Amino acid sequence: MSQVTRRELFPGVWLRAVHTNKFKSSYLSITLLTPLDRETAGANALIPEVLRRGTAVHPDMESLSAALDELYGGAIEPAARKRGETQCLGFVASFLDDAYALKGEKILEPAAGLLCELLLKPYTQDGCFCPDYTAGEKANLIDRIRAQINDKRTYATQRLTQEMCKYEAFGVDKLGDEKSVSVITPASLWQRYQELLREAQVEVYYCGSADPDRVAGALNRALSGLPVNENRVDPDCEVRVTAGPEPIVVEEAMDVSQGKLALGFRTGGQTCWEEDYPALTMCNAIFGGTTLSKLFMNVREKLSLCYYASSMMEKMKGLVLVSSGIEFDKYQTAKDEILAQLEAIRRGDIEDWEMEGTRRTLIGGHLSTLDDQGRQEEFWLGQAAAGLDTTIEELVDQFENVTREQVAEAAKKLELDTIYFLKGKED
Amino acid sequence: MEKRNFSKVGETMYHEKLENGLNVFVFPKPEFQKGYAFFATNYGGMDMRFCLNGQWHNTPAGVAHYLEHKMFDTREGNALQDLAANGASPNAFTSNDITGYYFDSTEKFEENLKILLSFVSVPWFTQESVDKERGIIGQEIGMIEDDPHWKCYMNLMKALFQHHPIRVSVAGSVESIAEITPETLYACHKAFYDPANMALCVAGPVDPKHICQVAREILPKEAGPIAAKDYGEKERPQVAQSYIEERMEVSAPIFQLGWKGDAQINGEDRLRQELVGGLALEVLLGNSSPLYAKLYREGLINQEFGYSYESSAGCAFLAADGESKNPEAVCAAVAAEAARIGREGVDPALWERVKKGVYGNRVRGLNSFENLCVGQAQAFFAGYDFLRFAEIFDTITREEAEELIANWVTGERTALSVVRAKEET
Repeated sequence: MSQVTRRELFPGVWLRAVHTNKFKSSYLSITLLTPLDRETAGANALIPEVLRRGTAVHPDMESLSAALDELYGGAIEPAARKRGETQCLGFVASFLDDAYALKGEKILEPAAGLLCELLLKPYTQDGCFCPDYTAGEKANLIDRIRAQINDKRTYATQRLTQEMCKYEAFGVDKLGDEKSVSVITPASLWQRYQELLREAQVEVYYCGSADPDRVAGALNRALSGLPVNENRVDPDCEVRVTAGPEPIVVEEAMDVSQGKLALGFRTGGQTCWEEDYPALTMCNAIFGGTTLSKLFMNVREKLSLCYYASSMMEKMKGLVLVSSGIEFDKYQTAKDEILAQLEAIRRGDIEDWEMEGTRRTLIGGHLSTLDDQGRQEEFWLGQAAAGLDTTIEELVDQFENVTREQVAEAAKKLELDTIYFLKGKED
Repeated sequence: MEKRNFSKVGETMYHEKLENGLNVFVFPKPEFQKGYAFFATNYGGMDMRFCLNGQWHNTPAGVAHYLEHKMFDTREGNALQDLAANGASPNAFTSNDITGYYFDSTEKFEENLKILLSFVSVPWFTQESVDKERGIIGQEIGMIEDDPHWKCYMNLMKALFQHHPIRVSVAGSVESIAEITPETLYACHKAFYDPANMALCVAGPVDPKHICQVAREILPKEAGPIAAKDYGEKERPQVAQSYIEERMEVSAPIFQLGWKGDAQINGEDRLRQELVGGLALEVLLGNSSPLYAKLYREGLINQEFGYSYESSAGCAFLAADGESKNPEAVCAAVAAEAARIGREGVDPALWERVKKGVYGNRVRGLNSFENLCVGQAQAFFAGYDFLRFAEIFDTITREEAEELIANWVTGERTALSVVRAKEET
């Protein structure tokens, strides 16, 4: 079985180590956790991309690629993610596990070394980031931000949260926005990079066959260039308990053939920190979280009102977000039906097969996370941003015990806050 | 039951050939939560012409894929829903060579396995359900035909090969599937879905004996006749045409480059050629090759660039694809680099490095049950064991890669397929 430990390497620099022999690879990630902020989000997201272009030792893609080949074809990818109101920036990496090296050589130490070299020893010109790499990655990031509109399904949910959380940090995207990215210079980016290294909480994740002491030793050495700071910033998240008196309705028109209807609910203070979290999770899954859910089975399959209809939960911020694709003229019917399904859960109208099928799917999904290093890393990053230590196995036990009444209670606390409707252009 | 250890990569594989001819492969993984089962037949999109009990059949393009869609129907309803209700996620695919059905689940694994084996081995088609599917598959065909990458690939197949059925799309065309009837589907099921023509691969926290027991319980007791396939006469080494172009909605021109190889007959030589072909591509144009860096710097390729060795029964080729302002220049640069390698040989340091990189990536890939099970089924039908790569890899020499480049990357074996933006009117 695998064993999960957590320890502080330096003040505010944490290592989560999953010790297991299950996998052929070892998984390493290093993430800077910083408050999500409109002013800095774009620069923050750009930093890992620019860092990935070259280091003082390996100044270009070719030499980095050769170094990775030497480590049996390891992979290191830049990452910008969002957990609650925390922006998570850094690298995720996968290397061959030491057990499978052909000549018995150690891979973990040089891999950790290369990963931290990318974070701490960038290729520089005139004491800051090189203009060439900065400009190239700025253009790439702006392309990615602009491309978000291409996938209308994700775009609608993104616009919903932007509108719903207009006055909260959560409304900021993990990539920032075009406006703030376009003004970045190599010097301003360098300054932001220095601030991050000094102030952000650092979360290191390892999953593989090496014992935690060895992993800690390797990372202690590799991270020795990190500035020492006793007061690195703890992640935080504002939770709004109530929605406004009336839902805000936002409509936009674009040249699309299918309408998108997204509904945002506040969970009335139910979050991952509360005791009713397992019930809220089940409630969201029964509402629209699986292919057995009420939205899928009734709104989509039975009534054919939507091309798709599902819900997702934001566990830290305390949101449930419904996303659906509809004909333009089905706005009212679809909205009424989605709310009627929620009403049914509030009344406790949940069949046994819905309750148990959802529970099995939810538990199966959580347990299979243990079989995937990348998904486990995502889980533990979320826990780190939330400051929680609950394991997957503990969550599974909690799901086993959720009752129909608890699900209904969780549903009763949901309050509709904002409606976003993407419709076609009339002409 | 035969137990085989592949100690270098830390895998154990159990193998048993049942009385009905089914080959069962099990990779026990007691420390995992999830079990994965892959049930495949040695029958794919290119097996259109075959002989059963002395009689030759010419079936329409797309029939194997059509059959895959209809197999989920059961007399009682639909197997997809039965599996989903048990918390399993089922699916299927049809490739040029094989058709495979699979699921994974953390609970009720054996019950789900029974459902899988049962719906794949018991056909249930009605005129109504077969007709209904025609519209759904027709839409799928319409969708892929709009995909410029798919179009570019199919055009490359047409350019590389004179008559091999790999030139024909696995899904067929709206016209070809119009001819498919329940009788066609029953005939193809009978010809190819016999246990003796199939393989079952399972990975997860399972007991190999139990898996065989379940298979014995659900599947037919005896082996039936298996159809003989025909791909026509052997391909000659030269390509059918060296350039093919299409105009579609693309923002930048996309290209696929192919170098026609010599097909290996079934057995470990096929695996060896696959490994040599993969390494040859790495040293010729791979991510850490000098040519890649040069093309990238010159803006002739971008991050979309990819490459692979491909083979099916009766054909083999190297392929590279990407976006480029000037695909002809990429093609010429590869030819020049192949000529340079012919004169100077492969840099020994580069060779050692890419060998390490490719090996590590392959071993890391074994984390995926899907990769392991699908890989073993495909390998078994091609006459070898998937995990043997770890032993063979070590013995591959630089000279073999140089020889493959010298023989295959030549003018008469090169084809370029390009999709360009529609001309402004």
